[in-house]
Amino acid sequence: MNREYYGKLIFELSQPGRKGYSLPKNEFKGYSLLQLDAMSLRQTPTILPEADELTVVRHYTNMSNNNFGVDTGFYPLGSCTMKYNPKLNEELAALPGFNQHPLTPAKFAQGSLKLYDEVQKTLAEIAGLSRFTLNPYAGAHGELTGLMVIRSYHMSRGDVARTKIIVPDSAHGTNPASAAVCGLQIVEVKSLADGTVDVEALKPLLGPDIAGMMMTNPNTLGLFETRIPEIAKLVHECGGLMYYDGANLNPMLGVCRPGDMGFDVMHINLHKTFSTPHGGGGPGSGPVGVRKGLEQFLPNPQVIKVESSKLKVENLASGEVDYELSCKDESLGYVSFFLGNFAIIVRAYAYLLSLGKENIPMAGKLSVLNANYIKESLRSHYKLPIDTVCKHEFVFDGLREEYGGDHHSPEHVTTLDVAKRLLDYGFHAPTIYFPLLFHEAMMIEPTETESKETLDAFIAVMKRIAEEAKADPELLKSAPHSTPVRRMDDVKAVKEPKFTFKSL
Amino acid sequence: MYKYFPHTADDVQQMLDVIGVRTLDDLYAEIPEEIKLHRELDIPSEKSEIEVRRIIQDLAAMNKPLTCFAGAGCYDHYTPSVVPFLASRSEFSTSYTPYQAEISQGTLQYIFEYQTMMADLTGMDISNASMYDGSTATAEAMMMCMAAAKKRNRVLISETIQPAVMAVCKTYAKFHGVDLVAVSEKNGVMDKEAARELIEKDDVAGLIVCQPNRYGLIEDFTGLADLCHEHKALLAVNTVASALAVLKTPGEWGADIACGDAQSLGIPMGYGGPYIGYLCTKEALVRKMPGRLVGATTDADGRRTFVLTMQAREQHIRREKATSNICTAQGFMCLYVAAYLSLMGPEGMKEVNELSYASAHYLHDELLKTGRFEEIFDGPYLNEFTLRYKGDAKALRMALAEEGYLLGAPTLFCDGCLTIASTEQRTRQEIDNMVELIKNVAL
Repeated sequence: MNREYYGKLIFELSQPGRKGYSLPKNEFKGYSLLQLDAMSLRQTPTILPEADELTVVRHYTNMSNNNFGVDTGFYPLGSCTMKYNPKLNEELAALPGFNQHPLTPAKFAQGSLKLYDEVQKTLAEIAGLSRFTLNPYAGAHGELTGLMVIRSYHMSRGDVARTKIIVPDSAHGTNPASAAVCGLQIVEVKSLADGTVDVEALKPLLGPDIAGMMMTNPNTLGLFETRIPEIAKLVHECGGLMYYDGANLNPMLGVCRPGDMGFDVMHINLHKTFSTPHGGGGPGSGPVGVRKGLEQFLPNPQVIKVESSKLKVENLASGEVDYELSCKDESLGYVSFFLGNFAIIVRAYAYLLSLGKENIPMAGKLSVLNANYIKESLRSHYKLPIDTVCKHEFVFDGLREEYGGDHHSPEHVTTLDVAKRLLDYGFHAPTIYFPLLFHEAMMIEPTETESKETLDAFIAVMKRIAEEAKADPELLKSAPHSTPVRRMDDVKAVKEPKFTFKSL
Repeated sequence: MYKYFPHTADDVQQMLDVIGVRTLDDLYAEIPEEIKLHRELDIPSEKSEIEVRRIIQDLAAMNKPLTCFAGAGCYDHYTPSVVPFLASRSEFSTSYTPYQAEISQGTLQYIFEYQTMMADLTGMDISNASMYDGSTATAEAMMMCMAAAKKRNRVLISETIQPAVMAVCKTYAKFHGVDLVAVSEKNGVMDKEAARELIEKDDVAGLIVCQPNRYGLIEDFTGLADLCHEHKALLAVNTVASALAVLKTPGEWGADIACGDAQSLGIPMGYGGPYIGYLCTKEALVRKMPGRLVGATTDADGRRTFVLTMQAREQHIRREKATSNICTAQGFMCLYVAAYLSLMGPEGMKEVNELSYASAHYLHDELLKTGRFEEIFDGPYLNEFTLRYKGDAKALRMALAEEGYLLGAPTLFCDGCLTIASTEQRTRQEIDNMVELIKNVAL
């Protein structure tokens, strides 16, 4: 990474009179913006930068050198499934044939519609559900859409009393937040000491006001909820539906499907499980799948494969189409401008085709192998609160006491300190301080695309950091030391808020 | 092993030994047998790179490229080659949300630049770090109005807003408990008197208007902000981002929130996405704002640095009390916008709008000259307009598509009308050729 070129903003490189574009000459005489009423026009000049092309290219290229991605190094960020993003997918998503206006008549976009339908079918089989919409833009958007499906289902039966949703205390923050946006009240169910849902605590919460329950399985501690068939049965018996947060789907691929666990509605994060890049905060894609009988509630527009008998009629009439766009009255409505982040869906399709049925289950198994290998190799140095086989990820509760991790000591070396020191050694940090069940949570998810050599190097560094914590805690508390910039003043960012160049 | 899996047979064995189990399947021993799959997935077999490329290239080839004269929220503006080139830097694209600021200054800095540019274009104080698209950004603005008003749940929305935006707002309103009321239109623009009557009832949390509107018309919002503020309602203005460079800004209109889609700033049409929703507001409303925010601070050496900040609004801290459920948004598209606007600068943005204005007005006049179209509104427009076709508009659109042209979008609730757009990418030759074809289509 790059200290030398750190820091200038494009506005500071701007010089009046420079430009980085070229446009054709105006070949339409007699038309000018000045023909518009001055009242309609912008009065304040913009402060957009003025820069030549090379200045812009260098600026952003140097900035990229101050960034860490999966292509840079190991990224064991728990719950984020930072696996390798194949390059073929990028090439295919950029094919000019896919760069169409969304209002292109379906007849002239049959390739895109077919691709969409193939992906939805493949996801349905992987999930053990009936049908998917690919319109939601991200995981949380998928959660919201899925909860809208659940509410639409209850409303369609005239059952308007179901206004509450059960969410485990270990759930991802988006679960309760999505439920609140969807107009549902949250009922929290406690976890047992081993991190799984307390079924006895769940029972009294169930009743005629429960719309459903949201779960992720394996849960946020990386543990499989073995009592899931019983939980699903209880929720179904009370009239609710089961929602599966697919953020943790990766280890389950081809082994155990959400539909078979008893879930009715779920979302998948294509930017986690199906290898599309995370882009430093999106664009992702959060397809939502439903069990048979709930398809009509999925959002509009829907991509429908035309039945062959109907196809013949269509041929005679206007259109020779295999796929069409359809809007259903029972649908929950629109959640997106059009068919979601289409270019992300193309990438996921390339991944699904590449791996096929032979390798998709192997992705899950190797992710579990990698996670357990790290867990067993580091438990000598880090506190392992739950000692059992994990799935794709697991949680340490900070350093062990003998390595300076005694929570009760005010000078103890924290998870934040360990995370920052890891950056010095060229690794991204794990997810820290989540789940909230442990004070010093450190959630590690290696994914299947990392080699044993990479894991061994990570393990060695983590042990070395533990030794450093014992010998020289200050080294960790002042880390990182070798990154382009050092630890930030987060408090100042809140107390003296500066969100634009103008405010600097 | 498959090419994305680095494990040798020896590696697997050694790792299993460390864990203390015999086989990979033993790692799943706790899962009840009755819910395991016990069969192969019923999906296609693995394919080589050559085969995958061929399959997807064939799908792309099944689509027919059309010369685009459609808008309705997505515009065929040009993307400088530098933009996708810089976006291919995988240090940016393969990173996660920048939680570890020390090794994410690239992402944080381009988002900070994006925030500055969007706040500047909209004439507002601050911008967040992106929403999914223009329609969900507007729905978030709607919920933000309700949250800011506390005890009011009625939000007004102009009937002249883009249909896709209206549809998404209706969905969110239905589930979130927003009483969303459409303000009727008059002569193709929002009926300001109708809006006044509703606002004067003192139960309105906010008013959402659109510029240019679903017919392409430029609306006059004079007096609206004062009216809203007198009655303790917020004003939100949805605008096509590119137009912000030349049209009176939401800030200049006195708006509290500016929202919309920034696809028009160098992002390919890409069959609907990824685009980027923007949401900007006044500093006083920052705590009500959804989504991520990047702020400037200093590091331990006193260097100016950038971090995610004001996170106490967000779902991972506040859970059900958060301002929104949004987590992953469209962060990477901030890079597209920032790089695009860095290249275009103030002059380029003016020129793009000037060219789009000129080509759209030329097309408009040429279509009228055919005698087959009639004007239904006489208001000013930028690069999108609505005309009524005297024949079967749908059939005309399909006939032109067969010839390689996408002539606008059918105008909803307006029989026989098409809403047509042009950009700096359209040449006089293309317009003349299409107009010739139109003359030869049977009425």
